[in-house]
Amino acid sequence: MTKKQTDPLERVAQEMKKCVKCGACRANCPAFGTFQREPATARGKVALAQHLVKGDITLDDGTYSAMSKCLLCGSCVDKCPNQVPTDEIVIAAREALAQRRGLTTFHKAVGQVIKNRKLMNFGALAAAVLGPVFFRKIPSTSGLRLRFPMPFLGGSRHVPQIAKKPFMKRHPEIIKGEPGKPTIVFFVGCMTNFVYTEIGEATLALFRHLGCTVIIPQGQQCCGLPGMSGGDLETVRELAEQNLAAIEKHEADYVMTACATCGGALHKLYPLVIGKRNPELKARLQAVADKTVDAAVLLQKLGLHPEETGTGQRMRVTYHDPCHHRTAGIAKQPRTLLTQTPGLELIEMDGADRCCGLGGTFNVYHYESSLDINAGKSKAIIDTGADAVVTGCPGCIMQLSDGLKQAGDKTRVLHTVELLARKIRR
Amino acid sequence: MLDARTLQQLTDIVGADNIATGAQDLICYGYDATQMEFLPDAVVHPESAEQVSRILQLANKENVPVFPRGAGSGFTGGALPKGGGVVLVTTRMNRILRIDTDNLVAEVEPGVVTETFQMAVEKLGLFYPPDPASLKFSTLGGNVAECAGGPRAVKYGVTKDFVMGLEVVLPTGAIIRTGGETVKGVVGYDLTKLLCGSEGTLGIITKIIFKLLPYPDSKKTMLTVFDSIDGAARAVSTIIKNKIIPTTLEFMDHATLTCVERRFNLGMPESARAVLLIEVDGDRDLIEKQAGQIHKLIEPLGLVQFRVAKDAAESEELWRVRRLVSPSLRDVNPDKFNEDIVVPRSKVPDVIRRIEVIQKRYDIPIVNFGHAGDGNIHVNIMIDKSVPGQLEKAHEAIKEVFQAALDLGGTMSGEHGVGLAKQPYIPLELNADQITAMKAIKAALDPNNILNPGKMLP
Ligand SMILES: Cc1cc2nc3c(=O)[nH]c(=O)nc-3n(C[C@H](O)[C@H](O)[C@H](O)COP(=O)(O)OP(=O)(O)OC[C@H]3O[C@@H](n4cnc5c(N)ncnc54)[C@H](O)[C@@H]3O)c2cc1C
Ligand code: SF4
Ligand code: SF4
Repeated sequence: MTKKQTDPLERVAQEMKKCVKCGACRANCPAFGTFQREPATARGKVALAQHLVKGDITLDDGTYSAMSKCLLCGSCVDKCPNQVPTDEIVIAAREALAQRRGLTTFHKAVGQVIKNRKLMNFGALAAAVLGPVFFRKIPSTSGLRLRFPMPFLGGSRHVPQIAKKPFMKRHPEIIKGEPGKPTIVFFVGCMTNFVYTEIGEATLALFRHLGCTVIIPQGQQCCGLPGMSGGDLETVRELAEQNLAAIEKHEADYVMTACATCGGALHKLYPLVIGKRNPELKARLQAVADKTVDAAVLLQKLGLHPEETGTGQRMRVTYHDPCHHRTAGIAKQPRTLLTQTPGLELIEMDGADRCCGLGGTFNVYHYESSLDINAGKSKAIIDTGADAVVTGCPGCIMQLSDGLKQAGDKTRVLHTVELLARKIRR
Repeated sequence: MLDARTLQQLTDIVGADNIATGAQDLICYGYDATQMEFLPDAVVHPESAEQVSRILQLANKENVPVFPRGAGSGFTGGALPKGGGVVLVTTRMNRILRIDTDNLVAEVEPGVVTETFQMAVEKLGLFYPPDPASLKFSTLGGNVAECAGGPRAVKYGVTKDFVMGLEVVLPTGAIIRTGGETVKGVVGYDLTKLLCGSEGTLGIITKIIFKLLPYPDSKKTMLTVFDSIDGAARAVSTIIKNKIIPTTLEFMDHATLTCVERRFNLGMPESARAVLLIEVDGDRDLIEKQAGQIHKLIEPLGLVQFRVAKDAAESEELWRVRRLVSPSLRDVNPDKFNEDIVVPRSKVPDVIRRIEVIQKRYDIPIVNFGHAGDGNIHVNIMIDKSVPGQLEKAHEAIKEVFQAALDLGGTMSGEHGVGLAKQPYIPLELNADQITAMKAIKAALDPNNILNPGKMLP
């Protein structure tokens, strides 16, 4: 194969041609919303990728920077009249840039953040003070590390506590249920495993309540999406293969995740991005993808009665749609479960389906912009006057908590399954 | 090319954060919805009329072309920096300055996105009707400069019908106000109307005063299917003749229906040859009555289906048919020329028939849909640029389509303007005296020809 054919951008060259530069994607792009410049729009990134393919823009920091201004939220893809897969194009462009210049130089984009004095000051301080504590317990292959490639762990950022004992260490690999009931592989994900273990516990409790056999494959790794957002596709491929092997080891009816990001990886991005590069893997990835289902969707499908398991106390909640749910068409199911729960009142916020600003490593490279997007989100949440904001992605939970705390607000941030498992978990 | 000194002066005017010369910015401000590309030498994002004025003064002194740009969603290349120069982007001037609920006027900066403005006034129970299909991303400045229209034009008119006054920086840098906030006003030439639709060639709009209306009580959406295009066209004139002015009268021809059906399988009747999407708005009782009347009036005209939306969700479902048109066109051929001719509304069937003949002669698919209520038809000439000879054929066909519209008493463009795309065809519509008069206006306001040069007039 010639070098040109292997270039990741060549793979999406046909897709780029679909873009007619109409500008419709300006409307919902959170990156454009905060940077307010055309290179941050989906249209701009497609145009730049097209010029990259032609080889007529030098790979200077400007191109890195433009491509890094994307949260891979997919809202441009949802709204594009021509179904241009900008997210895929951006991933390919990042990979191409990383390949051509080497991954370390990709961090030149990060360098731009360092140049920003305000960020640098507290960034360095945070790294010194928080770094060792925060990272001691987390293995280096974990997505959490990829999410925070350091040293930009912001000083004013509210960092979640690391669990004393990771979720996966607390349970055996196979938890037998009732005969005749579905068998479910639980893909846990880093955030749930290391930080928000209560999400794991609640999920487990709910499926046990339904009599399911739950398998927590011990060989599972980080889904790799943070690596994807940095252009490190090699790492993502390795992780995908390991995860595939771990999941395939077990016979199961469903592969279930309680994290929208992990779900997005297994369900869509693995076959799309890794599968395209690797035809041998493609069918296997697709087979897992076909079985992958979100916890809330599966709970509804298996007939959970929220009145038996739900909160039991009165609460006004609002719901935030994680991007990886929105692009998978998951919006109704969690809301239905919440509204079926006695005592819960659901109040819709302005722009519930707008990105919270986390976007893989976006919030590290572009912390201020991420905060800016997050601030809009916090305002919408606070405006509802709800007691809690509920969502289906631990990544969003971290970002939403950070935003609300920075706004000095006390609204709680919860995962859907936590509310649904209240009574059965005491 | 910009020399270093001029660049420095530009930077001094707008500040380092508001100027860009990197390759990425030049590429991203070199396109619009025409898919043409011309690279500028610099991109500036001024934040006030004063800055715009100083940029234009500098441009005159140094002889640098300046190209105003809103969202870059134009269909005719009006904002493209052909020949190089400075692209002046208005998106940092994006405040809604005030909404005066006593006098029903609002004052805005040009970079406000159309939908943002609509939602802001609607929150106060008011209404800004112009609704180009690009309203979610185009700017109000771009709308005024192009005199954008939309489906609601039948009843409410187009952008210029809502512009009461402007603040404009003339090409030489003078800041003037035109019009005002009064409903009446006859002192001097009507520069407001002159600037609406001037495509950024006569001045840069820095503030706009809009007229507002009360938000209509309610609306009703009807999807009607006919067995012939004549039936649909006669339905339009029959409704209006009977003194009902709908908010919207959108039509889709047979080729369009075939495209949508093939892609989305909506289950249209076999005999469907044309669709009219009709919407009426106003007092609840009145629109109930009007919907009934409309049904009765169009029944004998070859109506094969009549659906009325019961609620907002159903209305959205009916509109979906219309919104699916664009995405389904690509299945016909990958490249399209979207022309927006206008004919007197009674001439819609005649022009469609002429287009059918043109289509057969050149053997390239042409798909028509648009605003039947005001005779504005979007003629989509679908080609595959990679097939040798198709591009040339398309250009010939376009010329004949324009001629057909003109022969029937119409015009080459109802919404998209001239820009670069339609400039070669201008002499088909305007005679030498008209063009001379327009050129005299341009020369008087822009003696050095620095503002959006090479656009519109040949
Ligand atoms: C999907 C799609 C649908 C569309 N639907 C419609 C429709 O229904 N009806 C319709 O009329 N048009 C439509 N258009 C065309 C386009 O959206 C409109 O012409 C719109 O008004 C352009 O606004 P903009 O902000 O993108 O302007 P731009 O494209 O940036 O500029 C358009 C012209 O206005 C000038 N200009 C911009 N701002 C200023 C200013 N402040 N002062 C002076 N000159 C200025 C520019 O120089 C240029 O000549 C559509 C376009 C797309 C892509
Ligand atoms: S990505 Fe889609 S929405 Fe954006 S400019 Fe291209 S075609 Fe239009
Ligand atoms: S994926 Fe999201 S952030 Fe990236 S270009 Fe599309 S809308 Fe913008």
